[in-house]
Amino acid sequence: MKARTKFLVGGALVLGTAGYLMASSINETAQYYLTPTELAAKVTSNPRFVNTGVKVGARVVSGTIVREPSGRSLSFRMTDGAREYNVVYKGIAPDTFTDGVDVVVEGRLDRDGTFQATTLLAKCASRYENAPEKYRETPGYKGAPTPRA
Amino acid sequence: MILVGELSLWVALLMAAWTTTVSFSGGVQGRADLVKSGERALYATFAFTVLASIGIWTALFTHDFSIKFVASYTSANLPKIYTFTAFWAGQAGSLLFWALIMTLYSALAVFTNRSKNRHMMPWVTGTLGVICLFFLMTICFGANPYERLDWIPPDGRGMNPQLQNPGMAIHPPMLYLGLVATSVPFAFAIGALISRRLDAEWLGAVRRWALLSWFFLTIGIILGMWWAYVELGWAGYWAWDAVENSSFLPWLTGTAFLHSIMIQEKRGMLRKWNVTLVVVTFLLSILGTFITRSGIIESVHAFAQSSVGNWFLGFLIVATVLTAYLVSTRLDDLQSKAELESMISREAAFLYNNLALVGICFATLWGTLFPILSEAVKGEKITVGPPFFNAVNGPLGLLLLALTGIGPLIAWRRASVSNLRRQFTFPVLSGVVVFAVLVTLGMRNFYALMSYLLAGFVMGTIAQEFYKGIGARRRMYSEGLFAASMRLIGRNRRRYGGYIVHFGVVVLFCAFAGLMFKKDLAATVKTGETIKATDSYGHEWAFTSQGVSQFEQLNRKVLAVSFAVTRDGKKMGLLSSEKRQHVDSNDQPTFEPSTEVGILESPAQDVYLVFTGAVDAETAAVHINFNPLVWWVWFGGIMMAFGGIIVMWPQAQKERESGYVAELPSESDVLVGAGA
Repeated sequence: MKARTKFLVGGALVLGTAGYLMASSINETAQYYLTPTELAAKVTSNPRFVNTGVKVGARVVSGTIVREPSGRSLSFRMTDGAREYNVVYKGIAPDTFTDGVDVVVEGRLDRDGTFQATTLLAKCASRYENAPEKYRETPGYKGAPTPRA
Repeated sequence: MILVGELSLWVALLMAAWTTTVSFSGGVQGRADLVKSGERALYATFAFTVLASIGIWTALFTHDFSIKFVASYTSANLPKIYTFTAFWAGQAGSLLFWALIMTLYSALAVFTNRSKNRHMMPWVTGTLGVICLFFLMTICFGANPYERLDWIPPDGRGMNPQLQNPGMAIHPPMLYLGLVATSVPFAFAIGALISRRLDAEWLGAVRRWALLSWFFLTIGIILGMWWAYVELGWAGYWAWDAVENSSFLPWLTGTAFLHSIMIQEKRGMLRKWNVTLVVVTFLLSILGTFITRSGIIESVHAFAQSSVGNWFLGFLIVATVLTAYLVSTRLDDLQSKAELESMISREAAFLYNNLALVGICFATLWGTLFPILSEAVKGEKITVGPPFFNAVNGPLGLLLLALTGIGPLIAWRRASVSNLRRQFTFPVLSGVVVFAVLVTLGMRNFYALMSYLLAGFVMGTIAQEFYKGIGARRRMYSEGLFAASMRLIGRNRRRYGGYIVHFGVVVLFCAFAGLMFKKDLAATVKTGETIKATDSYGHEWAFTSQGVSQFEQLNRKVLAVSFAVTRDGKKMGLLSSEKRQHVDSNDQPTFEPSTEVGILESPAQDVYLVFTGAVDAETAAVHINFNPLVWWVWFGGIMMAFGGIIVMWPQAQKERESGYVAELPSESDVLVGAGA
């Protein structure tokens, strides 16, 4: 066998293994990425969808965040404008998590319709785009909420 | 100065347009005067971009809050250093910063090639001009940092506290320096393709740029990891987030290129492959920017979503189509001059190295784009998480690690059995010993054991290479140990600098494997109470709360918790973590409170403390992590950068001794081409 052929066989073997790993692990770790409305639709069309691990992207409804003083668990409501869900998250929230930010939660919807989140990501888009206009709208230029220790 | 800067931005745009037009038409018509004019216009583009940047810096330091960018990212009380770095804290400024580096590199590339590679330079200059033009257009029409507000706020909004960190201050410039440097090899590839000069000549011109890009990307990525680790409080440094991945992709193909270039230099093989790698590296760096800027893929880092993403997408598509056309019409000129002779040869090892790197790149790209792909195909967004990336890249990474040890040991063309036995005995033994020791000590994690086995093997290879080289010098020149080691490295920078980079890579793999043994716990304690814990090494730790304190510092109010720490009864010092509330110049709070973690650092492990919340004035809730070997991630990163510097360091022709460069005969040509 020529060296070139041998190399190609070896290469195919490596790529084949990598391809197999990719295919199998996608099946194992893939998750739906849904909006609250899509989640509601899924649950209506297939009641067993409750308790399936999903990712949901939504916005935190202002004023609904309830934090445990220890900072280890919190609850809030998330919305996409059409559909709202209660979220309970056990874990440490990132610093960027606050009223009105876009979040991505990973977890499952329980039978009572509460989303039990295991991970919580807050997008810092709004943090980077810290528009001065927001400053003007708030009386006395108090742009940010009072510190909660 | 601000007005001058704003006008300069538009002049720079015109200059870039001029460069592009006259360089290409000069190339087509073969008119030297037009080519010359194009090169001068490129220098002018750089000069005016510098003025535009100085304008923004002036606005930042004079706190001109009528400019939206200044009002959005700074406040009057922001420390000076962060006022300076605010230049790249937001979308518009960071694009201008990008353009600044792009025009600087372009001017440098044109200047260093002013008397060589002349037949391809018109195209190179033109291509560089197009890229500069693209960025300047995006800035002028998509995200202009000079955009004004219709009112003047009393103070700016301030900088996100998480960006007020030294690592974050230099991480973006490093990444940009690396990402932008991929444009120069790309421009030369286009120049070589158009002028059909596809021999080793153009490779000589781009090797240094590819190295420079690799060097800065490495530093940028490691700094990003460091920032995430010390600032974000999740006790990790890599999460396979879309934005992290997008900086990793061009690094992978760039690394592949730095290896495959050697095969073309020595054996004239892989010509198509090398052009492809250069082009793909550039396209990936643009793709990465597109992913970061467009917000198309969910990421924790996302910049503001804006039309800028569309600009990048458009540029990406046009560049891909045009280059694909160019390459496809020049396949005949890219015919390989030699064939692979044996599977047991250095060429084969390099080929597999490229396969592994590109495989990792493909898998990472696939995982990153999967939500978009699945939505296009199935109409539903499906995401994959870190388990996917680890499952695929773990094995490929180990293959790569093994090749790092194998490559330097095998001869070019065809290795003999005696060569193999002589070269492999010590490294293999070294790997086996490491493996046996760890198993005896009770380590049972398969991935960790494989990593350390291979790490031992590669360390054996590197040690053997240095031992042989130094020994030869000592015998031939009867030099002392120190002199011999210094001269060995100094006169063969490419080879031994490369080994130092490999050493850094091995250290990184060891550190990654260490994180498999991390431990963590959560606790709530009153002042004077003690938390007890056992780490993975079996040490007994005790953390005694010193209470919660409150104080003011610079532009922030701080709530802190401190612990007196002991290990096996021995005092280890104080460890504290803070919640910071940043305030503006009117003492009004800005942003959310941010968490500052406390880290007790040592080579064995980091003790990582996160203050999660104060239950009352006396009681603090904390999270404690024991992270083994994290210190070595930063050390490995520094080693890689250090090796990179050695490889890049210019070397005078006469310094090299023929006996040691015999293995790289074409290097001298290459260095001349690169302007050494």
